[in-house]
Amino acid sequence: MEFALITFLNGLGYGFLLFLLSSGLTLIYSMMGVPNFAHASFYMLGAYVAYALAGVLGFWWALLLAPLAVGIVGALVEHYGLRIVHRYGHVPELLFTFGLSYLVVELVQLVWGRSPVPYRIPPELDGTLFTLYSTAFPIYRGFMLLVAALMLLALWLLLRHTRIGLVIQAALTHPQMAEALGHNVPRVFMLVFGGGCALAALAGVIGGNAFVTEPGMAAAVGSIIFVVVVVGGLGSLAGAFITSLLIGMMQTFAVALDVSLASLGVPVSAGSALAPLVHLTLAQVAPVLPYLLLVVMLIVRPKGLLGRREG
Amino acid sequence: MRRTVLPWLLFALLLLLAPLVFAQSAALSLLSQMGTMVLLCLSCNMLLGEGGMLSFGHAVYSGLGAFGAIHLMNRMADGGVAFPVTLVPLAGGLTGALCAVVLGYLTTRRAGTTFAMITLGLVELVSACVLMFPEVFGGEGGISGNRVIGEPVLGISYGPQIQVYYLIAGWLLVCAIAIYALRHTPLGRILNAVRDNPERAAFIGYDPQRVRYLALILSAFFAGVAGGLSAINFEIVSAEYVGALRSGAILLFTFIGGTAYFYGPIIGGVVGVLFSSWLSAYTQAWQFYLGAFFILIVMTAPGGLASLTDRGWRLLRSGDIEARLLMRLGLWLMAALCTLAGVILATEMAYQASLGSLAETGGEGASLVLWGWSIDVHSARPWIVAMLLIAVGAMALAVWHRKGKGR
Repeated sequence: MEFALITFLNGLGYGFLLFLLSSGLTLIYSMMGVPNFAHASFYMLGAYVAYALAGVLGFWWALLLAPLAVGIVGALVEHYGLRIVHRYGHVPELLFTFGLSYLVVELVQLVWGRSPVPYRIPPELDGTLFTLYSTAFPIYRGFMLLVAALMLLALWLLLRHTRIGLVIQAALTHPQMAEALGHNVPRVFMLVFGGGCALAALAGVIGGNAFVTEPGMAAAVGSIIFVVVVVGGLGSLAGAFITSLLIGMMQTFAVALDVSLASLGVPVSAGSALAPLVHLTLAQVAPVLPYLLLVVMLIVRPKGLLGRREG
Repeated sequence: MRRTVLPWLLFALLLLLAPLVFAQSAALSLLSQMGTMVLLCLSCNMLLGEGGMLSFGHAVYSGLGAFGAIHLMNRMADGGVAFPVTLVPLAGGLTGALCAVVLGYLTTRRAGTTFAMITLGLVELVSACVLMFPEVFGGEGGISGNRVIGEPVLGISYGPQIQVYYLIAGWLLVCAIAIYALRHTPLGRILNAVRDNPERAAFIGYDPQRVRYLALILSAFFAGVAGGLSAINFEIVSAEYVGALRSGAILLFTFIGGTAYFYGPIIGGVVGVLFSSWLSAYTQAWQFYLGAFFILIVMTAPGGLASLTDRGWRLLRSGDIEARLLMRLGLWLMAALCTLAGVILATEMAYQASLGSLAETGGEGASLVLWGWSIDVHSARPWIVAMLLIAVGAMALAVWHRKGKGR
């Protein structure tokens, strides 16, 4: 019970972080019709900028300013890069973001070096929030959950219950119609792209010190968020939410459980070809699970959990 | 007839003569790498250019093919199987195709950008699995082999690099002709139709998913051949071979070369190896240059280098070259070179200042040597020079652009 509850809370935290990342990606995807391959780079940029700001202004200002700064960078990228490439069609647009992810990694290494930076949890959040039976639950985990949850609530309120949200939704699905009604659609796109990047950066700010801030961190989450978007159904925020939580839970439980087919009593002789497969523990399989989920989903339901159309 | 055969003869002649011109051993290994990379880019373009399938996982098939080839070579060395080394790439190709039969069935269910995302997931899946079974794939260290097996046939033992180069060149020529011929079969034509308009292709009775699936299997076969060739060339295959980085590199090179022309990927493979093997020996900023060059191509010439050469060739043939045009071209070249020099200077200094030199063994003393000059990156002067070069060059380019528009 204790194990299940703690792992559940950890999974929830990781899932929320994944959703912060994939919600921005989903928004940008519905807008461009093209996934932003540099999305994880903005996550990394968020962590590094927050590290730089936290050293000068403290963590709380970094939490506020880093997403803002990265959001502005994202908006500039949309204005001076993507908008120009957009003319040539989808493939160059996609490859532009792909090339951008190369450049961002190089620039980050140029500024902050190739080894991990000491981006630490602020002292006031360092400690135990509560002790469940005998396991301590760190404050920072709870804080991550809180920030992500608040952000999601704000996003949902913005999109569903404000005029701006209405215009954004209209511009995403019917750009010509929104333009004809007098809305500045290119500006909406720039704002959505910048906003998506800011969400990714926020995930970087609170994820960077919970995990580790290093030049490989973009590649570590890069492909998982695409799995989230595909499994959830293209362009579906709710689908991305469910899948994020699912993958968060799946991976945390898998890492925590030390079970293999051999330990469950499947008999195997040491010399047989299947021996390595049977002795593989669930923890070892954990990194593959999201991709297996993708494969299973493609076989069972190619349009994704809540997707409405075939790609 | 002459128009199809002549370029191939020239290509064969080029492959034959290249090692005679660049005879040093470093150049020879570079040429061998170019051969396999060109084949990889050609097979990648079967999907991207011909079928409109943007695959981020092309290295999966070449990498698994390479593993198949190296396992076969090790069995041959044990004496378990008798097989000519010359045909080992065939085994790589068959392994690649077999993997595509399994994996491609899943990926080709979706088209367009979803296909791109799924292949990205697949490449992670495969590279994680490769690390998970060290018994089969050798874990982090990879599997090594030996290409000199058995008695030499006709004096060919594949010991010297030159023989390996000619093996690669031969396979490249055969495969390139096969890929070219495939474009003109009904399958190649229908693949173009599926790329341009899947609904209409389906309406005239072809299942787009099946066409894509077949194309992927064929393309994976050629990628596997390239993998087998690099297994023979390097005599080691590691997990990096199936990884996302290599997949990304193949895609980048193919696009830089140009996807709309058959010879585009050939240019792309050559340029790519120049960037990743040759340039990386001189500067640690090569990835920055590659990324910047790629973005520049995407933004200014989405047809790739092949479209630029094609434009130049047509201009040359039309005979419309006047003195004024040449002047304009020369001015542009000068402005561009000026900017480039400034950018290179600034980039090299930035890398030197923040990361230190690759060759540097210790201490801050080592200074940057560029174009024969020793540059102190901590003084202000070279930075001012770099900024001036960039500013002057960029301004000249802007003026050039505006004048061009006014005409």
